[in-house]
Amino acid sequence: MTTTLATILWVVVPYVCLAVFALGHVWRYRYDKFGWTTRSSQLYESRLLRWASPLFHFGILAVFLGHVMGLGIPKAWTEAVGMTEEIYHFLAVSIGAVAGVCTVVGMALLIYRRRTVGPVFSATTRMDKVMYLVLAVVIALGMWNTVAGSILNLGGHYDYRDGVSVWFRGIFRFSLHPELMAAAPLGFQLHGLAAFFLFALWPFTRLVHVFSAPVGYLWRPYVVYRSRSDRLGARAGRPGWERVERRREPADR
Amino acid sequence: MRVMAQMSMVMNLDKCIGCHTCSVTCKQAWTNRTGTEYVWFNNVETRPGQGYPRTYEDQERWEGGWTLNRRGRLQLKAGGRLKNLMTVFSSPKMPSINDYYEPWTYDYENLTNAPLQEHTPVARPKSLISGKDMNVSWSANWDDDLGGSAGLGTKDPVLVKMEEKVKLEFEQTFMFYLPRICEHCLNPSCAASCPSGAIYKRAEDGIVLVDQDKCRGWRKCVTGCPYKKVYFNHRTGKAEKCTFCFPRIEVGLPTVCSETCVGRLRYIGLVLYDADRVLEAASEPDETRLLEAQRSVFLDPHDPVVMREAERAGIPRDWVEAAQRSPIWKLISEYEVALPLHPEYRTMPMVWYIPPLSPVVDVVTETGVDAEDSRTLFAAIDTLRIPVGYLAELFTAGDPEPVTAVLKKLAAMRSYMRDLNMGRDGDPSIPAAVGMDEATMREMYRLLAIAKYDERYVIPSAHAEQAHGLEELATECSLDYEGGPGMGGSGPFGEGSGPAFSEPIAVENFHMLQTRQTTDTVADPATRKARVNLLNWDGKGAPPGLFPPKPDEANLREPAGPSGETRPLPSGGSDGGPTGAGTTPGPDPQVRP
Repeated sequence: MTTTLATILWVVVPYVCLAVFALGHVWRYRYDKFGWTTRSSQLYESRLLRWASPLFHFGILAVFLGHVMGLGIPKAWTEAVGMTEEIYHFLAVSIGAVAGVCTVVGMALLIYRRRTVGPVFSATTRMDKVMYLVLAVVIALGMWNTVAGSILNLGGHYDYRDGVSVWFRGIFRFSLHPELMAAAPLGFQLHGLAAFFLFALWPFTRLVHVFSAPVGYLWRPYVVYRSRSDRLGARAGRPGWERVERRREPADR
Repeated sequence: MRVMAQMSMVMNLDKCIGCHTCSVTCKQAWTNRTGTEYVWFNNVETRPGQGYPRTYEDQERWEGGWTLNRRGRLQLKAGGRLKNLMTVFSSPKMPSINDYYEPWTYDYENLTNAPLQEHTPVARPKSLISGKDMNVSWSANWDDDLGGSAGLGTKDPVLVKMEEKVKLEFEQTFMFYLPRICEHCLNPSCAASCPSGAIYKRAEDGIVLVDQDKCRGWRKCVTGCPYKKVYFNHRTGKAEKCTFCFPRIEVGLPTVCSETCVGRLRYIGLVLYDADRVLEAASEPDETRLLEAQRSVFLDPHDPVVMREAERAGIPRDWVEAAQRSPIWKLISEYEVALPLHPEYRTMPMVWYIPPLSPVVDVVTETGVDAEDSRTLFAAIDTLRIPVGYLAELFTAGDPEPVTAVLKKLAAMRSYMRDLNMGRDGDPSIPAAVGMDEATMREMYRLLAIAKYDERYVIPSAHAEQAHGLEELATECSLDYEGGPGMGGSGPFGEGSGPAFSEPIAVENFHMLQTRQTTDTVADPATRKARVNLLNWDGKGAPPGLFPPKPDEANLREPAGPSGETRPLPSGGSDGGPTGAGTTPGPDPQVRP
């Protein structure tokens, strides 16, 4: 039985947020290529950052991979390769707890640093503050679900792989299961909602730097050459006055 | 053979008087925005001294440049690609703001607003980073002219490499200035360190630039550059570096630092080189042979084979001709008097230096002997190990041989030309002693001593058919672009965010300067628009906004338009303008018939 509220919360809100996420990135990239940066504050302070930033970033990367595993891969698949519920649970909780602790500690240090180090705080935009708040709420709720739900088993056993995961995959496969989410524990509901809110916020924050993770660096040649004719001057061309490309004479005549 | 053209510079250190005009005009042109207060694309260091940022030459600490790995292959000193990526979250070897200095301004308002009191009100220094009161305890030129050297000079990484006993003696005896800009290396380690691939070398003229739209602020270039000439703009979160004033170079004007150089010690020109041989040369196992290796990469522009290959590589004919007239080629490869700064970093730097002979001459003069006699000078160069040793650490990875050879050439020129200037016959044995003939020596003298503007700066402009799209050229109104004047400022996501800046740098400069001059806050407000436009200033007259309007003048004159036109200098200005002497074809007092 699906109520209107459940439909709004677990169908409408996710789609709206994902649409904002996708379109927002396209808009931001076109509107604000220059502002697309990590906004590093290392120049101001590096003693705290040296520990906090890698702790947080590697932690959150592990957490992300954990979510890909938990939300993206159906239970049937892991069982098909012979991974029992117990093994899965053990792996997820142990690795997840370590990654989660790293993330939370790193984030706490980073927020402490941002607030207490004067230059860093004065370089913080309003959008940064909103983003930190939402990100912290999402991470705290996620950590709470792991600790209270999976480790301490408060409020009874809940296998998110039969509930949240099915609902989440359904969003992308257009097979909608709001009733699964409506039946999930409050912690999971709040975590999911907060996460979708974060996705909607994402394109308008410094989090966009996630999408410029420089993986291509591993393969590209060390020194990049560019020809001036790629982009003449800083001036954008005017409509109707586009440059006619003159092809260079073939090299070997 | 793959011929490429490189725009490069040579500085004659004997002529540098340490006036910092180059630094100031460069800063005014490029880095007087918020976020770049501490950024000096051009700085002048006193040697011996720690340099800027402090001790940047200590690569065991900062890990800049390249090194050879165990298999003898070239590798970034900071580590391989994977290590580079894994340390992206907190760059381990990046200098902090304290290694540069904390920029500040003064609370001038207090001087006029303070209530009547017993003591004179003061303008307190305010940090431009935190906005708080601060104690000024270091700056870009704290050890200028050996200031405070008793404690500081010994920290000079070059001096540390030398023997203990010569250190003190050195400090008491020698001093010279070293102006530095980005080296626009043939093998740039900043570009190689950039994870985003935002730093690139322009294929046409070899100028190394940062694509501001592609830079994501990973900060790796700051570590990668051994000369620490890539800076992090802490407001926009992007890397910025010396641009070799490319908008000026494109239209055939020298860089701002060269144009305004009081001592006229800078030379700009093209060098042709074989791009296929750069890697091999940079991998030369023996550090002291890197100078020779780099010289061997350069191609003789008079060689018909090179000329044909250059044409095949698409280098225009007038560029090859410019390379043939290039003062750089002459100083580096014909006379062999210019040396690269720290070739041991293996980046193949392209701003070279003529080492100063004056420390040696000064010492000889003090002993009361004739300091312009070639034999005396030769003997002194051979005996005075200290300055030669220091210069060798700077320019030849510690090998005194090439430095001695250059100094002897300069000494020979000095003593040979004295005879001529005294009306005596030249002594051919003097040039012969340093392996030159008389004609070459006179040519070298002309280039080093009296070269005029168009001999010092041989800059082929970019081609006319591209002119309409170049950064700076008045083929259309400079305000004639999408959105019109006055747009921009601080976007919703922080400094400089918002629509792509499609306006020419000159227009941006104009608005930044205007804002800065009319602002009433202590620190500059969060805007990118407060720069004066020195970029397309050719030294004639004063561009609008260079000086604040005089109160009486402001009423009489119409406000100067932002269209780039110049107005005549205020009263007292000479015909040539403050730096325009090079452009005026009038008689030069230095010329002797």
